[in-house]
Amino acid sequence: MRFYEYESKQLFAKRGIPLPKGSQVARTAHEAQRIASDIGGAVVLKSQVLSGGRMKAGGVLFADDEEEAESAARLILDLEINGQRPRGVLVESRQPVAQEYYLGITWDGIAKRPVMIFSDMGGIDIEEVAEKYPEHVAKRHFSNLLPFSDHKAKELIAAVGVQGSDLNRLTRIAAPLAHLFQEYGLTLAEINPIARLEDGSFVALDGHVDMEAEVRGEHRALLEELGIGEDETRQARPPTSFELAGKRINDVDHRGVAGNVTEFDGTLGLIIGAGGGSLTLFDAVRNHGGHPANYCEIGGNPSVSKVCELTKLILAKPGVEKIAVMMNVVSNTRVDLVARGVIKGVLESGEDPGERIAIFRIPGSWETDGFKILDKYGVEYCDRAVSMYEAAGRAVAKMQSA
Amino acid sequence: MSILITRNTTVIIQGITGREAVTMTREGLDYGTRIIGGVTPGRGGREVHGVPVYDTVEAISSKSRVDASVVSVPPAFTRDAVFEAIEAGVKLIVVVTENIPRGQVAQMVELADQRGARIIGPNCLGVLSPGEAKVGGLGGRAEDARKAFTKGVVGVMSRSGGMTTEICNTLTAAGLGQSTAVSIGGDAIIGQAYAELMPLFEADPQTQAIAIYSEPGGRMEADLARWKVENDSRLPVVAFMAGRFMDEMPGMRFGHAGTIVEGKADTTVEKIERLNEAGIAVAERIEDIPALIEQQLATAG
Repeated sequence: MRFYEYESKQLFAKRGIPLPKGSQVARTAHEAQRIASDIGGAVVLKSQVLSGGRMKAGGVLFADDEEEAESAARLILDLEINGQRPRGVLVESRQPVAQEYYLGITWDGIAKRPVMIFSDMGGIDIEEVAEKYPEHVAKRHFSNLLPFSDHKAKELIAAVGVQGSDLNRLTRIAAPLAHLFQEYGLTLAEINPIARLEDGSFVALDGHVDMEAEVRGEHRALLEELGIGEDETRQARPPTSFELAGKRINDVDHRGVAGNVTEFDGTLGLIIGAGGGSLTLFDAVRNHGGHPANYCEIGGNPSVSKVCELTKLILAKPGVEKIAVMMNVVSNTRVDLVARGVIKGVLESGEDPGERIAIFRIPGSWETDGFKILDKYGVEYCDRAVSMYEAAGRAVAKMQSA
Repeated sequence: MSILITRNTTVIIQGITGREAVTMTREGLDYGTRIIGGVTPGRGGREVHGVPVYDTVEAISSKSRVDASVVSVPPAFTRDAVFEAIEAGVKLIVVVTENIPRGQVAQMVELADQRGARIIGPNCLGVLSPGEAKVGGLGGRAEDARKAFTKGVVGVMSRSGGMTTEICNTLTAAGLGQSTAVSIGGDAIIGQAYAELMPLFEADPQTQAIAIYSEPGGRMEADLARWKVENDSRLPVVAFMAGRFMDEMPGMRFGHAGTIVEGKADTTVEKIERLNEAGIAVAERIEDIPALIEQQLATAG
């Protein structure tokens, strides 16, 4: 889950990473004017959206006084960027910059260690710098068992040729960033750029922080302090009401998974699983020219009631004509329980299972019992002799002939 | 031979009194796995399907040789359980628990590296060597596992537990057995990725080919490609790439915690290119895997 820039900066401030003077978020143009007046002099106003490309889209404006700040804030607050309304506008003092640097920490899944990356060419995309000017980028892995030690940051920063007091001042930004990364279970902590101002001091001009969903519970106090709500998934787009309803169904009990729904605009509802099986089946449906109404995951032996509720949710989605129930060969999910769940869901929706269920392809444990139930309601099913790809094809063919 | 586990491997289960672990114990014993003990703090002295339960790993390891441990405890206790197994000298630790923060997984892996231990998972179903043993829930009930998994020449590695069984079942139906199937886990950081298990398969005379299941996210497919070329591997590799639709949906997580497209290298298009460059065939459908393997075996032989 991604943090807004102003939230990232609030986090930086906890460890004393220097920020531009002022640095407060305004929700109204009037509020922006007040902050600009408190700062005094030139300010920069930045749209608070979770999307890149703000500058290009007109989401970053400069103002010389509080009146200009007020009208700039008005423009920014009305401007949608990549489909997102801004959460607010960040107002900061604007000071002349002598040089820009890049500093970032992320995970290296191959080394299985955190990696700190530094460049004396900040302000632009770091992957581009690494490609064109590799001598201006340095990387260092560090231990996640030992506490972070300053010398790692010094080695890294010195590796691109930074010397003297600049080296020490930058270390005093890099080390605390590493501490934040470890303390809050972050997956990305990036300051791009860090600016050296003309007076020789350093400030974090922009910040990007990602936290993984798995540590949300552990850091509830921080999230509350920053005002990040429970329903804010902070993925690439906000969840739809259909997706939130799926989450509520899954959260009702702890037995297995029947949720993780993602909304699409097609006509074939999917009850598919598990993690990898869902990816494989979704691809297969699309390969056959089918139009999925949703992505979802079931697995880990979900209860009958959870599968039933999920079935009802998907059937009730506008445009859904049929549903396909498909999984890979299952080990711990009971076929009969899933069969019971979907049939109950179709019946409770006032529909005919034989008509609405395009195909049922879940081979594995308790399949004989499952197939008996499906027979009773006239549902077409198949066992492991029919591949996942072929089953998806049969479902799509039924949609096309209907 | 197989890799990682055989019928002689002694196994313990940490968290043995949990619902899933009790099932896993029954299934493992029925398959012939040597489960010599289980651990649940505070439940020492009980039995699960005849397997004695102890309070600590040390209580078992001080008396008997423990080759492998399955960790099936809630996420909040997983790091401690893994540290306990490593400190007790266990060299193979299969972590089935899901939803463990990345930072903690990295700590487990770092300690394991220092002590010469191997972690499989987390967020995996385990390891199965057909006809030898099964460690973890992979394959489910013994009778189901015997249906899907048969002894043979193909080593299988998969980022999805369920798809491990699906692929082995497809291979079995085509008359191709497996040496060992490893559900390597679906997280962004896992103990053993493809390239780390390859040397074991390479050294195993039974293994003649490799099948892998892969997904968007991370660099482990590119790392496998690198390993194969650098080591001039004798083993033909066939891959299946799921989640191709995700290339169009950057920033969205699907399937597993590690399955997300954040940069170009995370996409299936890019990964397929890396694999192809290393001579790794990528199957369009699961059912195409056996023929591709047969084809590669014929060319190699």
